[in-house]
Amino acid sequence: MSDRMLTMAEAVREAMTIAMEEREEVFILGEDIGIYGGAFGVTGDLYHRFGPERVLDTPISELGIVGAAVGAALSGMRPIVEIQFSDFTAQAMDQIANQAAKIHFMLGGALHVPLVLRTPQGSGTGAAAQHSQNLEPWFASVPGLKVVVPSNPADAKGLLLAAIDDPNPVIFLEHKLLYKIPGRDPVPEGATRIPLGVSKVVRTGKDLTIVATGIMVNKSFEVAEKLSAEGISIELIDPRTISPLDTAPIFESVEKTGRLMVVQEGPSHAGYINEVIAQVSGSACFGNLIAPIKRLAGMNIPIPYAPQLEKVAVPQIADIEAAAREIVKNWR
Amino acid sequence: MTANPLLMGHPLSSPEHAKHALLYMYRIRKFEEAVEDLFGRGMMHGTMHLSIGQEAGPTGACLALQITDQITSTHRGHGHCIAKGADLTRMMAELLGKKIGYCGGRGGSMHIADAETGNLGANGVVGGGIPIAAGAALAAKMRKSGTVAVSFFGDGAMNEGAFHEAANMAAIWNLPLILFCENNKYGMSSSTEKAFKLENLADRGKGYGIPGVTVDGNDVVAVYEAAEAAVARARNGEGPTLIESVTYRWKGHSRSDKNLYRTKEEIEEWKDKDPIPNFIHKVLDKGILTQEQIEEIQKVSTEQIMQAVKEAAAAESATPDGLLEAVFKAVSA
Ligand SMILES: Cc1ncc(C[n+]2csc(CCOP(=O)(O)OP(=O)(O)O)c2C)c(N)n1
Ligand SMILES: [Mg+2]
Repeated sequence: MSDRMLTMAEAVREAMTIAMEEREEVFILGEDIGIYGGAFGVTGDLYHRFGPERVLDTPISELGIVGAAVGAALSGMRPIVEIQFSDFTAQAMDQIANQAAKIHFMLGGALHVPLVLRTPQGSGTGAAAQHSQNLEPWFASVPGLKVVVPSNPADAKGLLLAAIDDPNPVIFLEHKLLYKIPGRDPVPEGATRIPLGVSKVVRTGKDLTIVATGIMVNKSFEVAEKLSAEGISIELIDPRTISPLDTAPIFESVEKTGRLMVVQEGPSHAGYINEVIAQVSGSACFGNLIAPIKRLAGMNIPIPYAPQLEKVAVPQIADIEAAAREIVKNWR
Repeated sequence: MTANPLLMGHPLSSPEHAKHALLYMYRIRKFEEAVEDLFGRGMMHGTMHLSIGQEAGPTGACLALQITDQITSTHRGHGHCIAKGADLTRMMAELLGKKIGYCGGRGGSMHIADAETGNLGANGVVGGGIPIAAGAALAAKMRKSGTVAVSFFGDGAMNEGAFHEAANMAAIWNLPLILFCENNKYGMSSSTEKAFKLENLADRGKGYGIPGVTVDGNDVVAVYEAAEAAVARARNGEGPTLIESVTYRWKGHSRSDKNLYRTKEEIEEWKDKDPIPNFIHKVLDKGILTQEQIEEIQKVSTEQIMQAVKEAAAAESATPDGLLEAVFKAVSA
C-alpha cells in the first residue's frame, strides 16, 4: 500500500498520463491546456511529455471542440475534452446532449462514443454567476450520459481511468476548490480502475445517513468527525457517479439509521439529490425513516460575486453541522 | 461620485476633445492600476482581467458614440465601461462588493452594466455579448431609434460560433452594428497565429459581405476615425462593419497567468507603443495642448481614481438579504 498524498489536479493528471501511455488513441483537447498547462493547472506538463498533437490546444470554440471529439471518438480515437469552466459546456450542449448522448441508442448500436469531458465546476472563487455553477442536473437528466463527480484524489484517478475505458460519453465534474488540496487517503500507484456506478461508504455510523458528492463529501466528513464527539454517529455515502446512481448502499444505510440528509452545492430546485430522495421514497427503506428527509442545497439563485454573498448561496460546514444536529436531536 | 459628460468628435478637433481623449485613457489606466493594487493587497476578491495598454480602443470608439448608443462588453471590460461614461465610484464599489456598486455586489468586475450610458454589460462568456449587440441593433432598427450598437470582443471570441451567427444576421438585416474586435494578439495563451489562418482578422468581413478594416488600436485617432466611419454607415442604414483594432495586453490574462506563452521582449516591445504617450506626442506636435495642460489632466485623473477608491471603500458592504427576491424582476399587476 503506497502512502502517496496527491492533490486532485495531480491525480487527474496521473490518470490521463497512464491512459495516454497505455493507448495511442487517447488524446486531450481543450483551451489553454498546452504550454499554459490548463486554466487550473490540471494538464500541467503533459504538453511537454506528449507533444502538441496529443495535448491539443484549441481555439475558443467549445461547440467545435466537443463536436470534433465526438467525431474522433466515432473514428477510433479516445478523446478527453477539457472545457475550461463547466459553465461553457452550454456552448457545446448540442454535441453533448443531442449528439454524443444519443448516437449509440438512436443509431441502433451501430456506433458508439468513447469520450470523456472533464470540466471544473463549483463556487468559492469569486468568479460570479457565469463561472461558478454546479450543472450536474443538466447532464444527469440526459439519458446516454454517464456523470461522475469525484470528491477526492484517489477516487478521481480511479474513476477517470474507468471513464476513459468506458465506450460511452462520460461527463467528469471536478470541483475547482478540490484541485489544490490533498485527499485524506493516499493515491495508489499504477492503473487501478474504480468502476463507474458504485457508491462508496466513506464513513460508517448509526444515527444519520448523509449522501453527498464532490466538495460536499469533505464538508460533511468534517461535520461527522466533529459531531461524533457529541455522540452523534453519521454514516456518509458518496455515490461518486450520479448517472448511473448506485442506490443499494443508500437504502441499506437508511434502513439502519432511520434518518437521511442529502447535501449538494447546486440549487435545490431539480437538483440530482431530489432523485436520491425519490428513489428512497419509493423503496422499502422508506418505512424505516423516523425523521423527515432533510435536503440541504444551494439557494435557487445565480452565484453572486461578493464573498459575503457567495458564502450564503451554498451550504457551508456550519449549515451541514446545524442541520445534522437538528435532525438527530429532534427525531428520536 | 464623478460626473462623466460624454463628448463626441475627433480627438484632435479641439483642445476639449483632446483633453477628453487623454483624460479617459488615463482614467482607464489608473482605474486598473488601482484594481491591481487592491488585489495585491488582498482587498479585492475573485479574479481580474486588465486592459492596460489597450486604452485607445474603447476611448476612440466611444468618442464616436452618443450616450444613447449601446455597447456590449467583455470580461476585460473596465475600459469600455469607463469610456462609455460609467461612474468610477460605482464601478470600484462593485469590485469591492458594495451595495452602491453597479450590480449591488452581485456581479463584480466581469458583469458591470450601466443602462444610463447604454452599456448592456460586460460578459463572463467569451463571445456572449456579440449576438446581444446584434439584437440591440435589431431593436434600434425596428424602433427607428437612430442609435447604433457596438460589440466589443477579443480576437479569441472570433472563433466562437456566436460571432459568426451574429455577424451574418447583422449583415443580412443591415443592422446598425459595429463589430469591434480588440485584437490584443492572444486569447489567454493562444496567439492569433495559432488560432487563425488569417493575417488580418478584419478579412473575415468579406465572408459576411460587410466591410472589414484593420486599425492601429494603440492610436486613439485611428480608432476614432474607423469607428466614426462605421457609425456613420450604420446610422445611414448601410449595415454593420467589422473593425479590427490591433493592440496588446501588457498584463497577464488574469491573476493566475504566468506568461509562459510569450516573451518578455515582446511585452517590452509593445510597452514602447503605449497609446498614451503616443497621443501626447500628437497633441504636443500639433500644439493642441500644452505640457502643463497634459500634466493637469494626468493629475486630475489620478485624483478622480483616488476619490473613487476612497468613496467605494467607505461605502456599505452588500448584504445577503433579498438575494432570493433579486432573481426575478417583480411582475407588475
Ligand atoms: C465561452 C467561453 N470560453 C472560454 C472562456 C475562458 N476565457 C475567458 S477569457 C478567454 C480568452 C479570451 O480571449 P479574447 O477573446 O482574445 O479576449 P482577451 O482576453 O484577449 O481580451 C478565455 C479562453 C470563457 N470565459 N468563455
Ligand atoms: Mg485577445
